[in-house]
Order: sequence, then C-alpha cells, then structure tokens
Amino acid sequence: MPSRARIIFVTLAACAALFGPPSIAAAQHAGHKVAITVPAGAPYTVADVEFMQGMIAHHAQAIHMSRMAEKRGANPRVLRFAMKIDQSQIAEIRLMQEWLVHYGQAAPDTSSWRTMTMAGMLTEAQLAELDSATGVAFDRAFLRLMIQHHEGALQMVKDLFATNLAGQEIDVNVFANDVVSVQTAEIGVMRQMLSQLPPK
Amino acid sequence: MSFSRKFLVIGAALIVPTLLNAQTYPNKEDPRSNLKPGKDSAGVATKNMRLVSNTKKAEPFDTSGGLTFANSDLAFRDKYVYQGNFSGFSIWDVSDPAKPKLVSTVQCVTSQGDPTIIGNLLFISAEGGANRNDCAKGGVKDPKDHMAGVRIFDVSNPAQPRLVKNVQTCKGSHTHTALPHPKDKNILYIYVSGSGGARPNTEVAGCKEGTDAADETNSLFRLDVIKVDLRNPEKAEVVTGARIFTGLEPAPRAASRPARGGRGRAGGDTTTAPRPTGPRNCHDVTAYPAAKLLAGACGSYGLLVDVSNPEKPVRLDAKADTNFSLWHTAVFSNDGKKVVFTDEWGGGTSPMCQANSMMEMGGNTILSIDSKRKYKQHAYFKIPSVQTAEENCVSHNGGLIPVPGRDVMVQGWYQGGVSVMDFTDPANPKELAYFDRGAIDAPPQVDVPLAATQGGGRGGRRSTIGGSWGAYYWNGYIYSSEMDRGFDILELEPGDQLSKNEIEAAKLVRFVEYNPQSQPKIEWPAAFPVVRSYLDQLVRWNGLATDRTTAIASALDAAERQTGKPRRDALNALAKLVDRDVTGAKDPERVKAMSAAIKSLAKATR
Repeated sequence: MPSRARIIFVTLAACAALFGPPSIAAAQHAGHKVAITVPAGAPYTVADVEFMQGMIAHHAQAIHMSRMAEKRGANPRVLRFAMKIDQSQIAEIRLMQEWLVHYGQAAPDTSSWRTMTMAGMLTEAQLAELDSATGVAFDRAFLRLMIQHHEGALQMVKDLFATNLAGQEIDVNVFANDVVSVQTAEIGVMRQMLSQLPPK
Repeated sequence: MSFSRKFLVIGAALIVPTLLNAQTYPNKEDPRSNLKPGKDSAGVATKNMRLVSNTKKAEPFDTSGGLTFANSDLAFRDKYVYQGNFSGFSIWDVSDPAKPKLVSTVQCVTSQGDPTIIGNLLFISAEGGANRNDCAKGGVKDPKDHMAGVRIFDVSNPAQPRLVKNVQTCKGSHTHTALPHPKDKNILYIYVSGSGGARPNTEVAGCKEGTDAADETNSLFRLDVIKVDLRNPEKAEVVTGARIFTGLEPAPRAASRPARGGRGRAGGDTTTAPRPTGPRNCHDVTAYPAAKLLAGACGSYGLLVDVSNPEKPVRLDAKADTNFSLWHTAVFSNDGKKVVFTDEWGGGTSPMCQANSMMEMGGNTILSIDSKRKYKQHAYFKIPSVQTAEENCVSHNGGLIPVPGRDVMVQGWYQGGVSVMDFTDPANPKELAYFDRGAIDAPPQVDVPLAATQGGGRGGRRSTIGGSWGAYYWNGYIYSSEMDRGFDILELEPGDQLSKNEIEAAKLVRFVEYNPQSQPKIEWPAAFPVVRSYLDQLVRWNGLATDRTTAIASALDAAERQTGKPRRDALNALAKLVDRDVTGAKDPERVKAMSAAIKSLAKATR
C-alpha cells in the first residue's frame, strides 16, 4: 500500500462555523501555532481555511517540482506538462490567497511548502532524488512523484468533504471540485506518459 | 475480441498526434490586447459584431467577488431566455433585443445552475455542497436537506416559476443534457454529468464509492440517467446509469510483475496500483439526437457515444490528448461529421490566455468522425489576443451559427470575450468575429504585499470572476451570459469573411426551443439569401470561375424581380446551367449545394 506522506498540519479543534457561532482552531505547522478564528455567521468553516492554506503549500511544491523540468532535460511532452502545472497552479495559488485574505485569514506564500507538509507532498529524500535525475530518469521520477503528489491533493479534497459542514462555501466548493476534475484527469495523462517512456 | 486486444486498440488511441496545427500567436497587436479595465467603463474591441444591449443582473444577484452570484448558462424558448445563476435563475423576455425585460428572478441557491427548457419545464443543475432542498441560504446543516442533482421548475407562468421536483443523484449535477425519447415525445431523458465523488448512502440511498469501472453497483464511472414523463414531472427519477467509461483504463499490470521504473517504496510508489486512469465522470456531454450521437467531454478523454437507445448508450470511440487536461464541452457540426471539443484549462477561474499561456491548451480542438465512427484529431484553435492576468479566460460554451455551407460556431471565453470560429476545414480553423471588453478589475498596484491580516475581519480585494460563460446564436442574435456584467445581446455584421447574405441566411433559421447541449439539426428554408450564401462562398474562395459567378448573380437578381411562374421558370433554368458548372469547378460540392438550393427555391415559388 502506498504510504501517504504524513500530515503534521493537524487540526486540533474539529468544530467549525458555517453560518453558526464563532469557532477557533489551532493548527500546528513547523512548530508554530497559528490560530484560525472563524467569525460568527461566516459562510465557511475552520476546515475550509485549513484546506485553502494547506493547498497553497501543496501547489507551491508542485510548482517547485515543475520548474526543475527544464534544467533536468525533461522530454518535450513532460516539459510541456510541467509548464502546464506551473501555469495552472500559480493562478490557483493567487485565487486561494485572495480568498483567505478576503476572509481575514492568514495566507501562506509560495515558500510555505518548505515548512508545511500535506498529503502526497514529497519528502526531502524524494526531492533530492528528483533534483539529481536527468533525461528519461527525470521524466520517470517526475511523473511517478507528481502522480503521488496529485493523489495527495485528491485526498485533501476527500478529507475536506468528509468534515462536517465543510466544503460548502461556494468558491471553496467549486475550487475543490476543480482540483478533483483536473488532477484526476492529469493523473490519467501522467500514467499514459509514464507507460510510453522508453525502457530503462 | 479478447481482453488484451481490446486494450491494445484503446492504447493506440492514446498516442498523441504531434503534428497538429497549432497557432504561433498570441498577438499583442490584436485590438483586444491591452483594453482599458473597468466593470462598466472597460475598453471594447469588436470585429464583425455589435453589442445590441447589455442588461445588468437582477438586483438580488448584483454583487461582485467570488462565485456566489455568478451567472451561468442559457436556455431558450419562445420569447424567453433562461439564465442560470449560482444563486437561482432569471427569465428574460427578449421580444425587443435592444431592451430585454426581466420577467422574474428566482432566488434558489443552486450552483452552478445550468438550465434546460423543455416546454414548460425548466431543469437546473445542482452540484454545490450548500444547495438545499428548500433553496434557502445558510448552508446544509443536516445532510437530509442537501440537494445535489437536477431541480425541475414549472415555468408555465414565467412570472412565477414553481419548484416541482428535486431529483437527487449520487454525484450531483455539474451539467446535464436533455435527450428526447426516440419515439415517445412525452418522455425525456436527462444525462447528468456530476463531478463530485459518490454521496454517502446515508444521504442518498444506493450511492456507493468504487474504483472498479466494471462494477455495476458503484455510483462512479457512470452518468446518471433521469427519465422524465413530461406529463408527470414530479415522478422523474434516475432510471439507469450510462456506463460509458468501462475499459478506458490501460491494462492493469500483473500483480506479480513490478512496475517499470518503480524505485522502491520511499514516499509511496503509486504506479503499481491498478488504479483506473480513465475518467469516471464527464464534465459535459452534448447530444445530437438527429444523428443519434453524443459527444462526451470527460476528463482526460473525448468520447463518441451511440445513443440510439438512450437507456443503453454504446461508446464508439475515445480520444486522449496530453494537451487537453480537462475535456470540457463539445459542439457537433450540422452534418454530424465533426466535433469541436473545448479544454477548460484552469477551470474557468484562471487567466489562461496570457502572452505566455500555451496555445495548445485551454482552447478548442477539432475532431472529424470517419465512416467507422472513429475520431481523428485535427487542429487547435485559441483566441489570438493577449489577455491580462486579471482576466479569467479559457474556451467555454457555445453553439453553431447556421451559415449554409460552412461550420461556424460562437462561444464564450469568459473574460476573453465572445468569439466566432469557422471550422469548415478542420485543419484550419479561423476566427471570423469577436466582441471583447477589458478586464473587470484593474491590475493590482505594485509593492502592495498580499499580506495576511490576522483575525476574523472581512476585507481584502478578490479578483472578479466574470466574462462570457456561454454565447449562443438563437433566431438572429447572439446571447451571451456575462457572469458579472449581466446579459449581453450581440448581432453579427458583415465583413470580408462573412457576407450579408450569409448573415441573412442564418437569420432565416428559427428554433422555438434551443438547448445548446442538445443540439437541433439545422435546416435552411428555400430563400434567396441561402442561394447567395453559396455564391458568396464560391466567389470568396475561388470555387467557380468569375464569369460564371457574375452571370449567376445577375440571373438570381433577375429571377428575384419576377414573381410566380416566371420566377419559378427562371430559377429552374438557372439550376440547369449551374448543374453544368459542377464539372470543372474548383469546389464542385459547393456548386451542387447551390444548385440544390436554387431548385428548392424554385419549388417553393408559387
């Protein structure tokens, strides 16, 4: 069974407020405690905030991985696909940051992947492995690790929707569904590319 | 066919053509590039199109920022246009396109609210987590209040639509497509495309998650099919699942054989897991009942499906393309031999038409259907303008413009505007017309960090998600649903690539009811503009010698000045001459089509 990267971005309070009373949760990342306060009557919940914050870090690492492709001699299709992930997810980071700032929540930046670990994100060892590979070996490692990374994103959405009252705020809802549609399809595309790489 | 052979065939379809025509622009000189931003004061660029009217959203929906009150898709019937919204829908009376009148606005939280109108019944897609059975705001506190599926409204009194039924589906309804019963006009099928996972069976009985596409009991890997007796819509229910995805995953590896390239288990090697890579949902499917076909835009695949029996659809082909990550929607050519697919790169909320955005992604691709009903992929098309980082932009919904002798469609590109594309030659799509406004939002100022503000206060600028959700030609005008700015009505204007006669011929095609995802077959009436459309095309593309086109033009003018029998005789005589032009013409098919149009005009002359 594939082991998912451990989640250390732990929710300590499960309560949330969707048009309900205020709620406060403390999330822990990299040793710091960041309080999430959801005001009374807000259309979203603590889990929505955590999802948007965590997905910024998750996306940021995917972009970091994608930007390795050019200097590691990825084949043209893999390179193009990496560029696509870069261009797609940078736009989504902006959307997530704007959502968080709009609701007065802390918005992680694109370096947050270095301190936050979400499902499917690469370990230090995996990052080093990817960054030292070139050519077909890079293509293979990139596709394999990006599939793992994308599957983590799908897990994050699953966890979001499994949380009571979460995932209803419309922009979070649409975005989370988009993550599923797009990343499921991209996993399919990556599997196709992986199966068409030349043998080792 | 053996198991392995079957997958071999499917595998072959996955090989991506590398020599597809791709545009090399965007072009910074395009008049749409660098338009002044502003919600109401934006710069405008148009080509062969004019804005007839823009009407602001109904008051309850008028807010910006986020998708809560965004407009969505359109449906058409009689003198009404039905406009979906994430928080309900509006009904417009468009008797006077210069002044559409709001007949009613229904507030009912229903993201994303795509509408279909069949007679007096309005069907609305409901997907979001906060949609409730009672339509109210406030979110779903108790799962039994959750409504995800298709709402049915009775709009026989358009001033007071009445909710008659919520049909729950296991994956909700992102979009849906009406498919008439092949014989019984009282029976309608609704194919439901839902993008979510299966809802828990405590919420909707019988729903089940699963990873095996061939497992008939799981709720994924199927399109829910709702059967509606139009006389008893309150009895509408899901009757079956269209299992059009089975077999779309590559052959699973033998469990004993390790994956090629697997590097141990560090961090989790997922490549050995026999998980399906094929889609389990479609984003959108377009039915073409006249051809008994359905084109499915389904994640990483574009599907072709035979729907002769709507309860037992049969997949004919599936096309994958690594440039298209999200096959989004489809439009058939009128002869049913081509399909335009769109790719919703960035989900519609992201700016994917910038100078550095890749041209093969987030646009259209054109597929032809051969005699064995298999797809062949041809070119890509993307609007050539440079849009800004403030403009969410990607190819989106549209439909055909009934120009005789050509395949022409209009579509919305969100803040990329409205664009008209000719795909008569699937290898060389061309843009004929457009309408575009500058961004709704001005670019952010520099050196203002996107700093986190602590605490629970509101505020903070959000980009406005706007632009044309869908643009459709209906009875002479182009109707565009602007997510933020309201409701646009546009009219084509002649230019060197689209003549006055072609525009007039298009205007002669009338549909009482038009649901773009259930494409009607276009038939042109016998009329002079139809004949002259072919003639204009022969002149424009040198399909027939100039002396002949000039003579035919004069003969048509002379015939039109006559009435009754003399006109009929003149037209029949002309048709005989035109038949002789077929041999030797550079474009004999078009000459034949013109001759047929002259003959039917003669026949219709009394």
